[in-house]
Amino acid sequence: MSILVNKDTKIIVQGLTGKTGSFHTEQALQYYGTQMVAGVHPKKGGESWTSNLDADAKLPIYASVGEAKEATGADASVIYVPPAGAGAAIIEAIDAEIPFISCITEGIPVADMVKVKRRLEKSNSRLLGPNCPGILTPEECKIGIMPGSIFKKGSVGVVSRSGTLTYEAVFQTSNAGLGQTTAVGIGGDPVKGTEFIDVLEMFLADDETQSIIMIGEIGGSAEEEAAQFIKDEAKKGRNKPMAGFIAGRTAPPGRTMGHAGAVISGGKGGAEDKIAAMEDAGIKVSPSPAKLGETLLEVLKG
Amino acid sequence: MNIHEYQAKAVLKEYGAPVAEGVAIFSADEAEAAAKQLPGPLWVVKSQIHAGGRGKGKFKELAADAKGGVRLAFSLEEVTSHAKEMLGNALVTKQTGDSGKVVNRLYIEDGADIERELYLSILVDRTVGRPAFVVSTEGGMDIEAVAEETPEKIHNLPIDPDTGVTEANAKQLCDWLKLDGQAREDGMTLFPILHKAFVEKDMALLEVNPLIVMKDGRLRVLDAKVSFDGNALFRHDDIMALRDETEEDAKEIEASKYDLAYVALDGDIGCMVNGAGLAMATMDIIKLYGSEPANFLDVGGGASKEKVTAAFKIITSDPNVKGILVNIFGGIMRCDVIAEGVVAAVKEVGLQVPLVVRLEGTNVELGKKIINESGLNVIAADDLDDAAQKIVKAVKGGA
Repeated sequence: MSILVNKDTKIIVQGLTGKTGSFHTEQALQYYGTQMVAGVHPKKGGESWTSNLDADAKLPIYASVGEAKEATGADASVIYVPPAGAGAAIIEAIDAEIPFISCITEGIPVADMVKVKRRLEKSNSRLLGPNCPGILTPEECKIGIMPGSIFKKGSVGVVSRSGTLTYEAVFQTSNAGLGQTTAVGIGGDPVKGTEFIDVLEMFLADDETQSIIMIGEIGGSAEEEAAQFIKDEAKKGRNKPMAGFIAGRTAPPGRTMGHAGAVISGGKGGAEDKIAAMEDAGIKVSPSPAKLGETLLEVLKG
Repeated sequence: MNIHEYQAKAVLKEYGAPVAEGVAIFSADEAEAAAKQLPGPLWVVKSQIHAGGRGKGKFKELAADAKGGVRLAFSLEEVTSHAKEMLGNALVTKQTGDSGKVVNRLYIEDGADIERELYLSILVDRTVGRPAFVVSTEGGMDIEAVAEETPEKIHNLPIDPDTGVTEANAKQLCDWLKLDGQAREDGMTLFPILHKAFVEKDMALLEVNPLIVMKDGRLRVLDAKVSFDGNALFRHDDIMALRDETEEDAKEIEASKYDLAYVALDGDIGCMVNGAGLAMATMDIIKLYGSEPANFLDVGGGASKEKVTAAFKIITSDPNVKGILVNIFGGIMRCDVIAEGVVAAVKEVGLQVPLVVRLEGTNVELGKKIINESGLNVIAADDLDDAAQKIVKAVKGGA
């Protein structure tokens, strides 16, 4: 099994016709036949899109998410729309009742995400991101921008606030021979759709996921909340071996480190508190981002 | 993006918030004329820098017992003499670092008779994904210290974006702040105003410390610190116009022109990385192996050759940099694009220090080929661990 997406997931692309959307849709189509089924563009409805890598790979374009969903039976959407319009694009997908929405776009104003979050609360949709690399289930489905070549089907669930650190975890667990069930990038923004706890709950419930890597970073308290969740679940007998990493031990307070959400403010959100909370919950935290796979192997060996 | 106190007050005044009359000046010659525009007999002369703790701060150039960055004046002459002492000197506060910040602007403000000092701020509470008020009766002091010592005196109220500040919300805030009579009436008007300003102007932080109850029972915004969501500035030309580049690091300004996320640090190993998390982790691993990073630099997802070249130039313009580590794990970013950018940059600006390059991900073989065939003196690394050890060794060995 995997979580959230698999070979049956049908995906529409909001922002397909842009450079980024186009490039990554081409990549997704080449990844084990990920079912990219349509694009959406308000002014290009009725036209079609052709992959630069494969002249036979064409996708129909619809004028709205609702129309695309109606025509294709899609149950997921991926968003590459530029930041100014991305909030509205997410809301359009929520209104069209798309069950699983991934927003890759970085740089969406926080105020727009506050509105999105309110809409999500009133809906049945799940949003992944924004400002995230997406999600990938090896040999089945690739949504977003993760490089498919480093994945290997296996037993580790990976969840991370950082895109490139997700790749490190995937690469290292592939090299360690473990492979992944699903890798989920929840994104680096302060206000987002899916939090660590949501994904951890799914990994704990997934039989094939035998261990978990969780990668956090400075800012906010999502890692502390996740650690508390892991502790509470362990008391109920739900427990999987976990390794982790927290980025930003050397980050100065008060400075935003690239990700809008990566900032230590008011003395809160520092790396040491997060590491302590995770260790206290039984998660083995690697001091080095290069030793995620090694650390997990140590945990598995007991 | 941060703005000065006087600018923040002007923004809040537009929304109808009660602020004192005041005039900003850039030279001591303007001080008397500025003060004359205000009623007196008490004036406050306030240093305008992008850092907190100004009142308790000390001017580097003045005697240790000289007054701080916020001063009272009881005559026009005193306003001028303060202005002469303060302008052009570096104010050191607990937020500026030891070098302090040079005061280029002063704000001359009408004095107030203070009865009580309160704390109020608005920021987005991540746990609920909504703007939230943080209030306390313990105003005028360091709120972090209040949070540490008496957390029960700090109250948090998230606001539903669909409704804005409701009457019940405003009453709750009044109760927490123990406002009654005229001050309570003022609060019922002020809280929705502040929330509206926060949302409409895409603020990241709106902090009023202190919010005061005056002897006549009215509320006033005595100090205001406002910062804005950098991702929303595209829709606020009026706010963009308030940017004061003299308050920012020159390298960071240059980086922002190329849409690079760059933060200057104190170490000697320059880093160029893709992805914020990996960029932080690269800093961490440099430290783990015994050196200090000179910067945080995320070239981002859609970097072009030009962007990579600009990033390389910014790193090498820092005289503290004794070695460079390029660490790329290509997802969106293709390794060949990075490689071409590095090669072009090195050819253009030259390479005076050791350079370690680690590439992985999309088009990695092509990227490695470009680096290897460039004829440049680049140290290749297999993985992040290897890369960090190699650059630390190269820098320490060369010292």
